[in-house]
Amino acid sequence: MKRLLFIFLLIMSSSVYAVDFRQLSDPEQQETYETLTKELRCLVCQNQTIADSNAELAADLRRQVYEMLQQGKSKQEVIQFMTDRYGDFVLYKPPFKGKTSVLWIAPVVFLLMGLITVFFFIRRKKAAANQQTKAGALETDIEKQKKIRSLLGKGDPS
Amino acid sequence: MLKFIIPLILFIILAVFLALGLNLKPSEIPSPFINKPAPVFSAPKLNEPEEKLTPADLKGKVWLFNVWASWCVSCRAEHPVLNQLAQQNAVFIVGLNYKDEPNDAKNWLDMLGNPYNVSIMDQDGRIGIDYGVYGVPETFVIDKKGLIRHKHTGPVTAEDVQQTFLPLIARLQAEP
Repeated sequence: MKRLLFIFLLIMSSSVYAVDFRQLSDPEQQETYETLTKELRCLVCQNQTIADSNAELAADLRRQVYEMLQQGKSKQEVIQFMTDRYGDFVLYKPPFKGKTSVLWIAPVVFLLMGLITVFFFIRRKKAAANQQTKAGALETDIEKQKKIRSLLGKGDPS
Repeated sequence: MLKFIIPLILFIILAVFLALGLNLKPSEIPSPFINKPAPVFSAPKLNEPEEKLTPADLKGKVWLFNVWASWCVSCRAEHPVLNQLAQQNAVFIVGLNYKDEPNDAKNWLDMLGNPYNVSIMDQDGRIGIDYGVYGVPETFVIDKKGLIRHKHTGPVTAEDVQQTFLPLIARLQAEP
């Protein structure tokens, strides 16, 4: 039981992370700080945001964001600062432009392709099933007629 | 016939995408700095902390800006290559000692040799951020006008020096 509890606590602890905490005096700025750190990618550990990451670079970038907001810079200015230095890759939500269009369009295209495939697949299946039941009905008809004939004790009807 | 051609085409498309994916290097992020002016800094020199260096001091020179640290394992692998490049006197090499302790950095250079014409200190990593540094070592090639012309992420190998750096440096030295 103790061991189970221990394991449970270990599992739970992973979701209660706070890499570090910074408080801005203005609650609106605090909110901007939190959204920004969740939208900027940590470039060392590429699948984490700088809010999630423990890497030194992420800590430095958090400090940078914090300081810029403290100086009264807007969210857009911080994003511009980061993309000037690290490119669009630093953004978890890359802007829609020529280079990134595939990124935005591809999921829709794939979804459409999937839907079309499913549509034709179902239609074909249905048609085949219809034909089969028709053929099946005919077969039972012939069988029935045979039975009737044998019951009536007659040979060929002609 | 169509029954075979459609899956074949789909397979080829998939294979092409997977092949492209295999050859991509997600760790090499394209630098937005190419052909842009090297970000300005004013940083204390490692050996003479009271003296500062700025990119303006290097105008008219082709220089290599190599980001290194004594805690960085790949830098150790890169170091002999830089030492060799320094011996050829082909280019002015500036070291950016990134997020390091000055004493550790000095010991490191004493032990492994010093390829840098000058090293500057960036203890809190701010210059690093301005140069978009995300993985040490990184190396920038900056031309006589102060524009960044090339960025290399990760350790520079002897092959890189022969195939990329030396030809580029020669070309830049020839520029007015």
